[in-house]
Amino acid sequence: MRGGTVRFVLRRLAQLVPVVLAIAALNFALAKLAPGDAADILAGQMGHATLEFTEQLRREFGLDLPILEQFLAYMGRTARLDLGISLIQQQPVAELIADRLPATLLLMVTALVLAIATGVALGVAAARRQGTWVDNLISVSALLVYATPAFWLGLMLIVFFSIRLDLLPSGGMMRIGVAQTALGQVLDVARHLILPAATLGLFYAAVYARLMRASMLEVYGLDFITTARAKGLSEGTIAWTHALRNALLPVVTLAGMQVGHLLGGSVLIETVFGWPGLGRLVFDALVQRDLNLLLGILFVSSIVVVLVNLAVDLVYGFLDPRITHK
Amino acid sequence: MSAVLEVADLAVRFRTTRGTVNAVDGLSFAIGEGETVALVGESGSGKSTAALALLRLIADPPGRIAAGRILFEGRDILALREEELREVRGGRIAMIFQDPMMALNPVYTIERQIGEVLALHAGMGREARAKEVVELLRLVGVPAPAERAKQYPHNLSGGMRQRVMIAMALACKPKLLIADEPTTALDVTVQAQVLDLIQSLKDRFGMAVLLITHDLGVVAETAHRVIVMYAGRKVEEGTTAQIFKDPRHPYTQGLLEAAKWEEVEGAMLREIPGAVPSPFDMPKGCAFSPRCGAALPRCRESVPPLVEVAPGRPVACFVAQERAS
Repeated sequence: MRGGTVRFVLRRLAQLVPVVLAIAALNFALAKLAPGDAADILAGQMGHATLEFTEQLRREFGLDLPILEQFLAYMGRTARLDLGISLIQQQPVAELIADRLPATLLLMVTALVLAIATGVALGVAAARRQGTWVDNLISVSALLVYATPAFWLGLMLIVFFSIRLDLLPSGGMMRIGVAQTALGQVLDVARHLILPAATLGLFYAAVYARLMRASMLEVYGLDFITTARAKGLSEGTIAWTHALRNALLPVVTLAGMQVGHLLGGSVLIETVFGWPGLGRLVFDALVQRDLNLLLGILFVSSIVVVLVNLAVDLVYGFLDPRITHK
Repeated sequence: MSAVLEVADLAVRFRTTRGTVNAVDGLSFAIGEGETVALVGESGSGKSTAALALLRLIADPPGRIAAGRILFEGRDILALREEELREVRGGRIAMIFQDPMMALNPVYTIERQIGEVLALHAGMGREARAKEVVELLRLVGVPAPAERAKQYPHNLSGGMRQRVMIAMALACKPKLLIADEPTTALDVTVQAQVLDLIQSLKDRFGMAVLLITHDLGVVAETAHRVIVMYAGRKVEEGTTAQIFKDPRHPYTQGLLEAAKWEEVEGAMLREIPGAVPSPFDMPKGCAFSPRCGAALPRCRESVPPLVEVAPGRPVACFVAQERAS
């Protein structure tokens, strides 16, 4: 069993290589479809650049080569995991990303854990009290949150918790020089994390709550739940053991599929909360047509997404013994 | 013989968008200690609903036990508090279901699912449970019980799963076993084995058994007494010998005729014409009258009450009652 799982992971990792390269090729095509390039932007920023200077920049960046040649060079680098140098910032793309990625991952993972925990708890609570006011309250609130734009929700949370109540910081990731100890630092980051993670996670919590409720109700209709009742188990035990584990699969599936979506959402939320993650970097790369940086970020994001999907497949096997990894 | 279970005037109603349905209506019967009673009828006759109602397992909503009394060992099941009810469920009354493929939780091991009952009702610790589970599996004839205990339901065949269900039901030596179509979903060869198993364990533990089935062959082999249900009501009751040799209700006669064709080679399949009436569109009078060859005009006017046509032979049929008097 365990040896089988290891082989499964290794084989899946090998399969990921062509997938990630295909995504990289697609990213290149998409980035090239946007009008203008970094040379235009840089020349424009200088205010009085000549056409010759722009052309010179283009030659330096290799943007004057035929597109197929550019593409092959890019794919060759990417296959060697070389992300190149940022055209605008003149630093290795890998370094720029490595500086920012941990903050984004921290925000994403916290939001996801928060969303799954809240969504599952609310979904189970609603399903157990189907048709009562508790169920209605949860279902309507979930719909309301689901329909609220995240950036607006973020601003409202800032207004309420930071400005009105002065409980939580409105932005940033830490206060410089405040925390002396390691624990103090962790707590400081945690305080800064609450609002952006809640803003990002609430939408997903609403989605998972609705899905979990439906999934639980479906499981409640199955025979083994009647068996569990006939055994004399309490409704609590039935909900949190017998029903929950069977009902979780759709939520795990959806969570896995939404990781890419979540990464995109965190970019927006980072802007609202001044969170020092990939968000600002993506924005700059887009606006400045920094091809290398943009492609680098997209490449790393695609790796994160495919790895999370692999993890989801492993969780399946843990939740449902009928699924074996061969 | 003192009664383990006494059911009086049990009524189960379902509220649906098309109106209220009487799934079980005015059902009364008793089961003596160590006795096997068969509840017989077609699909939709209310027999499974009645069985679920005995442990208050009817989902509410949409279902509700609207009336009646269920006395088990002198205690009224319908008046029990939630905790008391849970002690009876799985502890004093156990239940097995039709489809062993669906009745076991797919994500937990056999050991865990049987062990749950032992932990709950016998307060056994982890090690004692593991040992007892293997013992129970051996008792119900599961080969290699120690290995099977660690496996999941999907690793087992249908017959093995039903044996696991039986082991789970027997875990706390209940006084009454409710078996709802225990062999219907199984292969014919396995059916007999499972019935024999229930039979031998019943004798060994002195359990009473309420057997719900539509299979008269199963009834003939195992039951002491038979209750025939039609459209939510009891229409006839008697000992197994009485019902098979001398059925009084035209419905019971039809059921037996329909069952006979298997025994006579080359015989045509006999059936009762028509179908069980829709609960939304019950005929006036006797619910069986539209399908009954012997129906009198009064059968279509009023519902025949249960009247004893002979000692211990209540029958709800005007025709049978007239013949007897």
